[in-house]
Amino acid sequence: MIKNTIDRKIFIVIAYTTIIFTSMICLIPFMLVISGSISNQASIYQYGYSIIPKSISLEAYKIAFLSPDEIIRSYANTIGVTVVGTSIGLLITAMTGYVLSRKDFEWRNKISFFFYFTMIFNVGLVPWYIICVNFLKLNDTYFALLIPFVLNVFYILVMKSFMSSIPQAIHESARVDGANDIHIFIRIILPMSKPALASIGLFIALGYWNDWYTSFMFISNKDLFSLQFYLYKVVSGAEAFQQLSSVVGVDPASIPTEPLKLAMTVIVIGPIVLLYPHIQKYFVKGLTIGAVKG
Amino acid sequence: MSFVIKKVIKKVIKNKYYLILLIPALIYFFIFYYLPMVGALLAFKKYNYADGIFGSPWCGLDNFKFMFINGDIFGVIRNTALYNIAFIIVNTTFEIFLAILLSEIGCRFFKKISQGCILFPYFISWVVVGTFVYNMFNYEFGAVNGFLKSINIDPINIYNNPTAWIPIIIFIKLWKEIGYGTVLYLAAISSIDQEMYEAAEIDGANIFRRIRHITIPSLLPTIIILVLLSIGNVFKGDFQMFYQLVGSNSMVYSTTDVIDTFVTRSLLNTREFGMTTAAGIIQSVFGLIVIVTSNCCIKKYDRDYALY
Repeated sequence: MIKNTIDRKIFIVIAYTTIIFTSMICLIPFMLVISGSISNQASIYQYGYSIIPKSISLEAYKIAFLSPDEIIRSYANTIGVTVVGTSIGLLITAMTGYVLSRKDFEWRNKISFFFYFTMIFNVGLVPWYIICVNFLKLNDTYFALLIPFVLNVFYILVMKSFMSSIPQAIHESARVDGANDIHIFIRIILPMSKPALASIGLFIALGYWNDWYTSFMFISNKDLFSLQFYLYKVVSGAEAFQQLSSVVGVDPASIPTEPLKLAMTVIVIGPIVLLYPHIQKYFVKGLTIGAVKG
Repeated sequence: MSFVIKKVIKKVIKNKYYLILLIPALIYFFIFYYLPMVGALLAFKKYNYADGIFGSPWCGLDNFKFMFINGDIFGVIRNTALYNIAFIIVNTTFEIFLAILLSEIGCRFFKKISQGCILFPYFISWVVVGTFVYNMFNYEFGAVNGFLKSINIDPINIYNNPTAWIPIIIFIKLWKEIGYGTVLYLAAISSIDQEMYEAAEIDGANIFRRIRHITIPSLLPTIIILVLLSIGNVFKGDFQMFYQLVGSNSMVYSTTDVIDTFVTRSLLNTREFGMTTAAGIIQSVFGLIVIVTSNCCIKKYDRDYALY
């Protein structure tokens, strides 16, 4: 029974104000971007960005959608890479976590260390880059977007600790029934690990969706750009506008560059904003699994 | 000799399914983490393109000496370490603070919505955050300057002001990652036994004392583990953040360049493989030293908290 004493009342007031304040701070940049994207270029030059647009104009979106090829291309790239990469990454992570969780695997500790060591020491960017470019020849291929970050030791460890909580008895009885380890993995362990799979899958998918680093390091062919990297190019480069204007047939001087950058940003974060309420609870659950068990 | 081999083969066959399942991960980590260790040789060579990695002449510790004598690297190392320490302190404090506040709120709807708001920045990429920063701090039409103008203060230009970036970067890092940590600590708090609180309340402790004497000590193990994990990365700069926020703005490098941006820029622009590799190795060695030392220290304090 929680008594509603005066100290608790004070605390609750502090709690609500702080949290509302923090939530607002977290949301304000988004509001600024949305408002800026539907603003008139002239009013931005005059008054600057503000939360409520001074004058509304959908010019930026019109121009953005006039030549949607590059956006659609980047979206397709990112969606494809996310789906394929998450599936592969999740499967391998689960397989590895499963084996590492088996106490009757005699090389378990040595191999765990093999993976764990990569977390605490690595030789840095240059050798990795050389391997990717010279040895694996990932330059300008979809593999460059998929493979470099498909696995992550942390996720493997979380999966391992989740699967360790599956009782040994289930294994034993499956073994007695004649199943080999791969059968046990596919038919029993995987279905039982759905919460961990959902959460880690989400983390991996989020990593792929927001990835711009692989495009930055390895891709020069703009047909292969990931979505975030495409946005980066648009927002940071003037040439993007020259190209856009020549394709679209609009006079470069009249392109509303500022609202256009923001319109692109809105178009790029659109899906995340829409999907977010649905995936939030899986994400929170996933963090909880990681925190309590890890 | 053949007896040993026979034993090993027998073990491999006994564990064959496990090993089959492990193969993809083993290959991946071998290629991307262990194989590059060969490339570490570059740090000790004077690389030239014609001779390749193995043909280029050795130059001993020259690359390392050059880095330390030249002095650039000290600034970058200092920035990296100081920022990371600031991040750890600032983020942990606010996350715990928010988690404690959230844990006492009864209304689940409010909890869910506010958690959603606070966690949301975690889901967007640094590219987008870079756009936000530009949006807010742009000299001509940024929101911050617009606000300052409206209350008759001179607008500020952060893009040629290195010191202004320090609080900005710390704040943005906090903004982006506070949701994540808050959720973690909230989960830890919710696993604390409620009976202790009730007993304390009966004994007359008000809410602030309950927090100080029950919540925080119970959180200590979680805090220590998370801080230990972060300390291991004290020399690893968040490349994505620094590159997207600062970009190629060399005027502010004195306070915003970290080892990772420094190395990446050197790799892509100057192609000085030998020295860039040396910088990377310095970073990793320092990181390893930090991890081993901090783990040893923690072991002396309490064995349970150690990472390995």
